[in-house]
Amino acid sequence: MHWPLVILVLVIAAFGFLMLYSVAEGDFEKWARPQIERFVIGFAFMLIIGFIHIDFWRVCSPFVYFIGIFLLIFVLFFGDYGGGARRWLEFGSFRFQPSEVIKVGLVMFLAIYYDWLQPEKVSKIFWVFIPAMIILLPTALVIPQPDLGTGTLIAITGLTIMFVAGGHYLYFLGGLLLLPGLLGLIFYSRGTSWQLVTDYQFGRIDTFLNPTHDPLGEGYQITQSKIALGSGGLEGKGFMQGSQSQLDFLPQKHTDFIFTTIAEEFGFFGGVGLLLMYSVIIIFCVVSAITNKNKFGSLLTIGLATVFFTYFFINIAAVTGMAPVTGVPLPLISYGGSAMLVVLGTFGLIQSAHIHRLLKRD
Amino acid sequence: MERISFRKDLLNKKLGRRAFVLGATQLVLVGFLIRRMRELQLQESEKYQLLAEENRIDIRILPPKRGIIFDGDGRPLAKNRENYRLRIIKEKAKDPSEVLKNISSLILLRDERKAEILSEIERKKSYIPVTVIENISWNDFVQITVNLPSLPGILPEVVFKRFYLEDNFLAHVIGYVGSISESDLKTISTIDPILQIPDFQIGKVGVEKGLDSFLRGTVGLIRHEVNASGRVIRKLHEDPSSSGRDIHLTINSLLQEFAMYRIEEFSASVVVIDLETGGIPCLASSPSFDPNQFVEGMSQKDWDSLRNSENQPLANRAISGNYPPGSTFKMLVAIAAIEAGLVDPGELVNCSGFYEISDRKFHCWKSSGHGDKNLVEGIQESCDVYFYTLALRVGIDRIVETSKKFGIGMDVSLPLPGVSKGLLPSKSWLKSNYKKQWVKGHTINSGIGQGFLLSTPLQIAIMIARLATGLEVKPNLVKAIDGKPVKNQSKRIIGIKKTTFSIIQKAMFNVVNEKTGTAYKSRVVDKSKILAGKTGTSQIRKISEEERVKGIKKNEELPRGQRDHALFAGYAPFVNPKYAISVVVEHGGGGSKVAAPIARDVLLFALSGAIPALNAYPIDQRNEVRLTLDKIREKIALKKTRRG
Repeated sequence: MHWPLVILVLVIAAFGFLMLYSVAEGDFEKWARPQIERFVIGFAFMLIIGFIHIDFWRVCSPFVYFIGIFLLIFVLFFGDYGGGARRWLEFGSFRFQPSEVIKVGLVMFLAIYYDWLQPEKVSKIFWVFIPAMIILLPTALVIPQPDLGTGTLIAITGLTIMFVAGGHYLYFLGGLLLLPGLLGLIFYSRGTSWQLVTDYQFGRIDTFLNPTHDPLGEGYQITQSKIALGSGGLEGKGFMQGSQSQLDFLPQKHTDFIFTTIAEEFGFFGGVGLLLMYSVIIIFCVVSAITNKNKFGSLLTIGLATVFFTYFFINIAAVTGMAPVTGVPLPLISYGGSAMLVVLGTFGLIQSAHIHRLLKRD
Repeated sequence: MERISFRKDLLNKKLGRRAFVLGATQLVLVGFLIRRMRELQLQESEKYQLLAEENRIDIRILPPKRGIIFDGDGRPLAKNRENYRLRIIKEKAKDPSEVLKNISSLILLRDERKAEILSEIERKKSYIPVTVIENISWNDFVQITVNLPSLPGILPEVVFKRFYLEDNFLAHVIGYVGSISESDLKTISTIDPILQIPDFQIGKVGVEKGLDSFLRGTVGLIRHEVNASGRVIRKLHEDPSSSGRDIHLTINSLLQEFAMYRIEEFSASVVVIDLETGGIPCLASSPSFDPNQFVEGMSQKDWDSLRNSENQPLANRAISGNYPPGSTFKMLVAIAAIEAGLVDPGELVNCSGFYEISDRKFHCWKSSGHGDKNLVEGIQESCDVYFYTLALRVGIDRIVETSKKFGIGMDVSLPLPGVSKGLLPSKSWLKSNYKKQWVKGHTINSGIGQGFLLSTPLQIAIMIARLATGLEVKPNLVKAIDGKPVKNQSKRIIGIKKTTFSIIQKAMFNVVNEKTGTAYKSRVVDKSKILAGKTGTSQIRKISEEERVKGIKKNEELPRGQRDHALFAGYAPFVNPKYAISVVVEHGGGGSKVAAPIARDVLLFALSGAIPALNAYPIDQRNEVRLTLDKIREKIALKKTRRG
């Protein structure tokens, strides 16, 4: 067990409880208590997953991927709307996004694929085509939800595993060159009969490009979020003293926008402190992956670390106005059950890989 | 086997390298986030702190109460009335038509009014409050306040609205207030933050305007911490407003009311000056208007009819009406002549009905002529030929100089907009304005207060006040500010011999009290209230020689616009005078017939403090006078009962 990582997860989560207490204006029952309860369950879940042998997870990998794909197809037809998109599945009182499952499933499936593939075939066209399809399938299922952001993230996550697995640089260079062309095509399709993304998604992009355009509409969130961050200054306004969050100027202050309250109340020190803790998690994972003798475990660790990275990076980039708002929560901190479970589950897998890192196959 | 394991190690090395590159890339991206936070939180922090404060703090302006205007005896003339009103802010209402619908389910709000409000909301910026309804009852106001949570963007407010108690009677003096306009802002040089309040009421006319800086008060501020939905969380700071200052005018509202009723049927004005203080107890101008209409807001139609009315009810004739002073000016010509030693008061001048100079005839009002007259008789009978002779002898320069001493053509400083300077023509004035040489004919016309000469009823009253006292009486309108009496400047003695004044005063006494005097019919028989003065009938048309032969048309035969102005300027009592008066009745006909009786009634009211007793009037006039006075008495009583 990678104990420093466990402790770091606990510290960040505890910080999250504190913030949920603060944004509820001192109401412990409102958000902090249910979040702690979920965390306790998730934490146990993480430990259990961690202690289960990595070979078990290797065997599970294709199943997780295909269950994810099945759920994505299912949600397209039977999902619930939320935030303008059909992306939620509901089981009783438990709501979750299948796109969370597929992120993990994709990483697992690609890890076992490259673990199985002979290293010298990695850059052969046919053996590149297969993982490309593995990545494209969920991406293509997520984008029409519509969820352009998550679709892009899934694609990026898959590509990073292909990269780490040793795919030739030229493939990525080529992909990088294709990207502007694809973006151009998307914008070109706007307003035509074959429009590639929905008006809702274009609206989000517009808001991102010019948040002040409609300060009370979609851009309101981003404008208020920047005010909260900026007014926090170096040291912040103090615990529970953030006027922007305490006076309800921040929408979604307990979920996707909770980072603004952290930065408002604890300032630059608080915000950067959290970023550093997240970064240390990434460093732990990269080190664990490099020292892992088990290829599956290594790729799994690096892939899940990337999933974790995309969570907090996209979230903070959005609230600081650097990226469009895509509805990605701040991992371990934002209020919400399914994201918390998924994140703790990935840490369980990372632990399992770490524990069995010396187990060399072949 | 060896080879394979070697290649495996190489591949693991490659994986490690790639993983390192990926991790490093992610850390660089984190670096971008930190850089962005540095930008927001350290470099631009001040800007965002300001914005956060703007979000958090709602500054509400507390408009001050406007100062109250009283008359000289402490009767309120302009007060503030509570006005419960609702305004709406679009930005906070989100959907104004829905909010208005909710309001109309609580209180009466007509559909047409709703449409008006919505179109006004569209026109204005989203943060500017738009009035929904004014003057609602307390019950309705409470209804709205209780239901405020379901009425986003609605501001229930209690504001104070100006209310004028003497409606028509003091409209010109008090004036009225109105919302500040762009053009107002241009004319006001001092920057008072209060003027930035939208819809702030400032004085537009009258002393409301002239004394606006006293009446206005200073603005207060209240800072509330509010949450995103605008709910007040707590009060942070309050800077109370301070009321404007209360003003006591010199006006006696009872005298003013009497005078206004007395001249109700004319286009006329009455100015009374208190000779001791210079205070103006009466400044009446007829016809008038109701200033409350301006505060409440009137229709375009009402406004047009007020503005375009032939009688010009909006004009304050007493201070801005320019009239030829006519014969009331003759005293000044006489003084100029006596002081210059150019006439012996006993010297007789023959009047044959006209005066001829270089083939031009200047007629006396009495076409048959007055015969031989001395100075006192010249004034008493208002002989024009006598004054043609005198004016030519004295010359225009001396007349101008003397006129200035008595305030003719001079500025009058009163806290009222629109005080006219009149016009005192001189040689240099004619030259610079008409490029003409001054000729004797001009002097002759000036000698009887005609020609270019123009003065306001106020100036004529000032002239009479100075003639009656020999002092440089300066009129004023403000008795006290916030209860503190306004000090009047001590009056200087006019540099004219006492004996000269005695002669002129004797002549003015004779005008009213000698059988041949032009105002003999308007004499007062009460020995303590004896009236003295001078009539004036200023001709405003040219009478042709042909008409003179056929017989001059009487005023009654002329269209109203061509009839003479009737003037009377006088004072009372003759011994130890207390009040000076000037009465100008536009196109009223003869001064002795129309203006002098008005002056007598008003002066008697001023001296007795009530509707004058009949025993002050000559016995043979009492029946007629009673009719006039009773009519006014009835109107005053009616007004009182109407007010409750």
